[in-house]
Amino acid sequence: MSMNAQPPADHSADLAQDIDPTAKMFAERTGANDRNRNPHRPISRGRLVWRRLKTKPNFYIGGVLVAVIVAFALFGDLFNIYAQGQQDNFNFNSPPSGQHFFGTDAIGVDLYASMTSALRKSLLIGFLAAPTSTLIAAIMGSLAGYLGGPFEMFTNWLINLLLVLPVFYVLMIVSPAIADPSNLPAALQWLGFLPAWGLLVLAIGLFSWMIMAQIVKNQTKSLKEREYVKAARFMGVSTPTILRRHIIPNVASLLIIDGALGVAMAILAETSLSFFGLGIQAPDVSLGTLLQDGTSAAVSRPWLFVIPASFLVALLTGVALVGDALRDAIDPTSEVNRA
Amino acid sequence: MIKYILRRFVNYLILTVVATVFAYIAASLFFFPRRRYLAVNPPIPEESIDGILTAYGVNDKDPVLLRTWWWIERVVFEPLSQKLGQDLNGDWVVNEIFGRAGLSLRLLLLGALLGAILGVAFGVWGAVRQYKASDQIVSYASFILISTPTFVGGVILMIVATKFNNLIGVQAIRFTGPYTAGTEGFFPQVWDGFVHLLLPTIALMLFGAAGYSRYQRSLMLDVLGSDFIRTARAKGATRSHALVKHGVRVALIPMSTYFAYSFGTLVAGSAFLEIIFSWDGMGKYGIVAVQTSDVNALAGTVCFTAVLLLLSSTLSEVLYAALDPRVRV
Repeated sequence: MSMNAQPPADHSADLAQDIDPTAKMFAERTGANDRNRNPHRPISRGRLVWRRLKTKPNFYIGGVLVAVIVAFALFGDLFNIYAQGQQDNFNFNSPPSGQHFFGTDAIGVDLYASMTSALRKSLLIGFLAAPTSTLIAAIMGSLAGYLGGPFEMFTNWLINLLLVLPVFYVLMIVSPAIADPSNLPAALQWLGFLPAWGLLVLAIGLFSWMIMAQIVKNQTKSLKEREYVKAARFMGVSTPTILRRHIIPNVASLLIIDGALGVAMAILAETSLSFFGLGIQAPDVSLGTLLQDGTSAAVSRPWLFVIPASFLVALLTGVALVGDALRDAIDPTSEVNRA
Repeated sequence: MIKYILRRFVNYLILTVVATVFAYIAASLFFFPRRRYLAVNPPIPEESIDGILTAYGVNDKDPVLLRTWWWIERVVFEPLSQKLGQDLNGDWVVNEIFGRAGLSLRLLLLGALLGAILGVAFGVWGAVRQYKASDQIVSYASFILISTPTFVGGVILMIVATKFNNLIGVQAIRFTGPYTAGTEGFFPQVWDGFVHLLLPTIALMLFGAAGYSRYQRSLMLDVLGSDFIRTARAKGATRSHALVKHGVRVALIPMSTYFAYSFGTLVAGSAFLEIIFSWDGMGKYGIVAVQTSDVNALAGTVCFTAVLLLLSSTLSEVLYAALDPRVRV
């Protein structure tokens, strides 16, 4: 059969229409000659997920929340005449007004300008740290599940260590280096070229992959017994190639969900550290430092706390909603849950 | 069965020791306690600083592994109260732990317990009423609460309480510190402690409940469609009996593992609340230890937290065995 020679899918459809006139009629009526919509081809996984995703209200609500906040962070400055950190000496502690949209703090710094800058930093950290930890989880989890033996024991051991040592405590311990790169231990001094947020991305990425790695590992262990993986192995395909071709694509859905929810986790970690003065330091601003500054004034000048807090909660809620919709669409039965 | 739990316990115990030693080494690498003495005016002679730092066992001129070895030696050979050394204020870390643990545990255990009960209840309720308005409201509320860090939730509760106090003109809800100094009499003191506990406990409870309810809801949904529920109904059990006796019990089994994994998050969350509400508990001790580069105090905090998580993990194994007869062999 011609199928054995693996012609491109489009050709086989044309061939079928040449042989069978009804196929041609059918194709014309359904618009299948539009090359992407060949009725003979099974619907791809990506399209299936997308179709399911489109039916989830959470996806739209969360997506709009995140998109609006990202747009605000990127373009919000266009509507504002004050730069980040610039002081208005005539307006101390002024509530939100037409001149200062989000009000000013005790030294006249415009909160609106601080917010856009802080959001950019927090978003940057979130969107870089989450893929980092997901990547590590994919590599460690699939290797541990596939190789077994001492490497799996080592990974198990690292994962279990998390059970008695909260991630936040690990981040706290390494935080002096984030606040001031000169605190890096001698062996890590070469990382000193990174800015504070870069070190924060690295720290969050390096210490938050464990739970996902555990899930990937268990999945890999069952995939390893499948015939096609065994066949590949017996044919002498190398381990990295098997992992890349057969294992990772099969856990990709889990990884996407993890990446999405990881963004919220990373932003939360950054905010918590900076809130206690352990992360981003002045004069840089992030959501955490703004919340820290706003806390002491929370009762008398509520806008200084309530506005950054609302943005943080809205952003995290948006990410959580998108992550939840993705989980429903990709894998309705999965139990990915990041503590 | 008891053998299995014992084996897990020993496993966790080893992990606890390893985690504490790890924390000590990492803190020794990343903390720079010398800075605290360098910033003093008039300057302290270098030999004096070295003397002080060596006395605490945190002199950065000694190699880290040597310091770690001394620290382990101290843990093994010194009497209990001096095992973990002194913090930079000169207090014995073990004494500090015993002095502060009560406060931390009061907040943490109450918040975790109430959060778990509330979360499981709302999760089951939401699953049974899937897609109805009440389920939707609970779902969105839990999404927002999960996304509210405890330190934000705590401050919002403080704002609300202050407004409330101003409205009624009396300081009804007091929230600074664990108690009001100078309260006399037994019942006034108990009431005072309860009032101070109110806001932080609510903050921790809501945060915990939000996460638990999401997870419990999805577990319960899986169980609702299963055969054994239908069988129970077919044998004449009422709907509520079938759901509670057969459904919830099964849906709770994976929850017990989730409790253990999420307890660490709650510990961190309650540490934030201790700072916000000025409680001198272990969480505050740990965060202040990082802020002041106090290696011994931090190792003590990690040790305390690890023991706490060790106990909670073991408890969750026991709970698992109690709920799932299949592991009781």
